Amino acid sequence: MSKSTPYMKELECLPAEARAQLQLDRLRNLVDYVREKSTFYPALLKERGITGGGDLGNLSDLSRLPFTRKKDLRDHYPFGLFCVGREGLAEIHASSGTTGNPTVVGYTKNDIRLWRLVMARALAVAGVTPADVIQNAYGYGLFTGGLGIHYGALELGAAVVPMSSGGTARQLKLMHDFQATVITCTPSYSLFMAEEARELGYDPAKSPIRIGILGAEPWSENLRQAIEEVWRMTALDIYGLSEIIGPGVAQECAAKRGLHVFSDVFFPEVVDPDTGMTVPGGVAGELVITTLTKEALPLIRYRTGDIVTMDEAPCACGRTTPRISRVLGRTDDMLIIRGINVFPSQIEEVLLRVEEAEPHYQLVVDRVRGLDTLEVQVEVGDSVFSDEVRRLEELKDKIKRELESVLNLVVAVKLVEPRSIERSMGKAKRVVDRRREKNVI
Amino acid sequence: MRVKQLSVFLENQPGRLASAAAILRDAAINIRALSLADTADFGILRMIVDDPNAALAAMKKAGFSVAETDVLAVRLSDRPGGLAAVAEKLSRAGIGIEYLYAFVGKQGDEAVVVLRVEDIDRTAGVLASAGIKALKSEEVYNL
Repeated sequence: MSKSTPYMKELECLPAEARAQLQLDRLRNLVDYVREKSTFYPALLKERGITGGGDLGNLSDLSRLPFTRKKDLRDHYPFGLFCVGREGLAEIHASSGTTGNPTVVGYTKNDIRLWRLVMARALAVAGVTPADVIQNAYGYGLFTGGLGIHYGALELGAAVVPMSSGGTARQLKLMHDFQATVITCTPSYSLFMAEEARELGYDPAKSPIRIGILGAEPWSENLRQAIEEVWRMTALDIYGLSEIIGPGVAQECAAKRGLHVFSDVFFPEVVDPDTGMTVPGGVAGELVITTLTKEALPLIRYRTGDIVTMDEAPCACGRTTPRISRVLGRTDDMLIIRGINVFPSQIEEVLLRVEEAEPHYQLVVDRVRGLDTLEVQVEVGDSVFSDEVRRLEELKDKIKRELESVLNLVVAVKLVEPRSIERSMGKAKRVVDRRREKNVI
Repeated sequence: MRVKQLSVFLENQPGRLASAAAILRDAAINIRALSLADTADFGILRMIVDDPNAALAAMKKAGFSVAETDVLAVRLSDRPGGLAAVAEKLSRAGIGIEYLYAFVGKQGDEAVVVLRVEDIDRTAGVLASAGIKALKSEEVYNL
């Protein structure tokens, strides 16, 4: 493979028929695999009359298979959906759950190898080469963002600097001294860094940074332009979710007409969230993904909750893999704040615990000086109102501490008067997201 | 001896105090004494009124978060040194004052100090032994 050909590009330029055959073979293997190794899928497959992979005649038979949801992972916390025992596990990660327990995902050695490969492919789609130095400012830890980029860089052969997020002054100094050429972080953090850089006397536009691979939170075209201008770089979107693998499910190329899904291993569908029926190309719907080759946590038709459109036409970059749009919204009420998934129900659970009475609350999300902020407004009901300022302050601090512990995010808590939060007939309007007005997401 | 004080939770926004005051006006409540404690986000309006039961009902009906607290009211001469005497006495007895506020009476040279303490009975006893008299609730409501 010549140096000028992006990593494994041939796989992404397959003619439709060849890809379809590859996917069908893998899908059949997947069905046989879960029938043998899973304690979760066999009953569901039996209900649908699927006795083995051979029952699938073509790819449209995928619609005969059951959907899998986050709830299924939660109900079988922690390892109930795994197809290998502990001795087969190489790595375990956890991310936000809607309430109580986090969502747990696992990897065998082969799954890690898969992750390395798709991430290397993603970096290549974005234009990264082994000659690059990547400043990785995604969080390292249980969050799959940091490690995903790291593995991809190792596989591709680019140098990676595992900065993780935060410590901006030091980040900028090392970025400058190491002459990093690629930055990987959330879009909002990239702007924050640019602002800090200027205050420290560095001009981000003059740095050798030429590519930004930004994701883990929604961002608008408007924001992309601002980022590209301040950094004088190409800013591209990366998409993923821990349940599928982490980052590395889809990557935007320089044509900026959508994110290429690595569909030979992650089979995408777009469905109507209410009926589950596939929608026509170009129509918005919920992204559903089937992992064709994963071993520890194979997922069949996983409902991501992300609303996208999909385009299966070949791309100007030469790749024939389907492209999904940026995430347009959610089917549920999940928010992404500073790259962290937040479910209003998590907040509700904390308030119920602390207040011991039905809490009336509202979440106000905003972006201030480039970073997301979350303010939780809680009505002071008779049961918690105290005549002493001290007690109210203690209550406020207690709520704040518990929320920060559950969400892993700094929050502001504001006590407000009873009935000051709008009541509604149906589902309470719990979230006011000012970022939309500011056109940053 | 136990005087009923009303506390109302108010957000730190223009109009909130006016709103609360309007409710009291409409219920024909007369405020005898008040104090407004503040933090960055909210305030607690504390009041002694002529008809605490009516005031509580009216504020609750209007949707305010209200609490009733028992406080102690003592009468002092309106002269320099009055407050110091009270404070020293309580301090020597190891009694902590959560908060207090004071106002000047209409009759003669009197001042009234309203105190929130943990143990009203003990506090009243300590002050009585120093010749400082606690007011009966009716006296305060009708000041």
